[in-house]
Amino acid sequence: MKINVKNVSKTYKETNALDNISFTLEEPKIYGLLGRNGAGKTTFMEILSGQILASEGEILIDGNNPFDNQLLTESICLIKEGDNFKKDLKVKNVLQIYAYFYPTWDQDLADELIEEYNLNLNAKVKTLSKGMASALGIIVGLSSKAPITIFDEPYIGLDAAARKTFYDMLLEEYETEKRTIIFSTHLIDEVSLMFEEVLILQDGKLVLKEEADVLRNQAYAVSGPIQDVEQFIKDKEVIKRKELAGMMTAYIYGDMEQAKSAGLTAEGIPIQELMIYLTEKKEA
Amino acid sequence: MKFQLDDNKPIFLQIKEQLEDSIINGTVQPGERVPSTNEFAKYYQINPATAAKGTNELVDEGILVKRRGVGMFVTENAKAILIEKRKQTFYEHYVLPLKNEAAKLNIHKSELMEMMNREETRNEN
Repeated sequence: MKINVKNVSKTYKETNALDNISFTLEEPKIYGLLGRNGAGKTTFMEILSGQILASEGEILIDGNNPFDNQLLTESICLIKEGDNFKKDLKVKNVLQIYAYFYPTWDQDLADELIEEYNLNLNAKVKTLSKGMASALGIIVGLSSKAPITIFDEPYIGLDAAARKTFYDMLLEEYETEKRTIIFSTHLIDEVSLMFEEVLILQDGKLVLKEEADVLRNQAYAVSGPIQDVEQFIKDKEVIKRKELAGMMTAYIYGDMEQAKSAGLTAEGIPIQELMIYLTEKKEA
Repeated sequence: MKFQLDDNKPIFLQIKEQLEDSIINGTVQPGERVPSTNEFAKYYQINPATAAKGTNELVDEGILVKRRGVGMFVTENAKAILIEKRKQTFYEHYVLPLKNEAAKLNIHKSELMEMMNREETRNEN
């Protein structure tokens, strides 16, 4: 499904959670939605899934606004960090409700995951540990097979092994059937290899939208003697620079081979680090 | 096979280079099947589309051939094509950095040649 974000702003009292963002997600891909706390990620995902309205602009999914549009929300599944399900329900009732709601629901997958995570079907949601509540969210998100599935920091309390199971299942599902998966997390280094495209929000604005492999190729760190590096970067877009003992490292966009030909050291920047440098508070 | 991929270099390129290395050093022979994109995706926990980009480039370059429903296989000419390709980049990837480092250390050209010769004799003994 095509997602068209058109001049979307969201204002809460005095704060601008989203400030006039526009972009399009054309294809089913695994998108990484990154940014610092308070960058506007959750607000964006809530508007996208039709749970809240934008203050200005709109998000259209195949041309329609998801707000108050059941036909469309049947195609969208948002799993948040917590409080996804009514506390007094039993796990099996939660699963029944979602199985009923999503026409694309895959019960076999749900059963497989329930066993994998050892989830007690008769337990009430409020009695689940944090990890088990997260597991339930993951089971619903994956089994929904919703054409747009959104995971917003879905694994609080899950240990590394349980997270790995989640990544394995996610990729397996994605292989059998491509769908749009939007993944927001702070554990970037764990998942960045799965992203096809990366979006970075900062203070409610979109600061970057690029294919992950293009980023790995084009954002790089160039190091060498200060003067040489200064000379090399003078007509380039610099993300950050650091100096130590007569040497300088500058983080820039461009063609890495150029730096190497100039006799400087050049190395790619991991996506996690790029995110940090792009969203650091600029020094006054 | 690498144990883990790096996040600071294009993933499709790492998949591609890994297959190239296996073909050049003979780990995978002409006519042999190479891992599918799904096998790569599972092994490295990467996006299958990204793995596919790497293998597709090798198909375009005549190094792998796709047989529908069966998988991807190393072509007869694969090794020769790869060696030719690697030779072309040998200068910028190996000679140039060597020259730059030598210049930094004030190693003269004749000294460099002598080192190469010495290395050769050492290997012969």
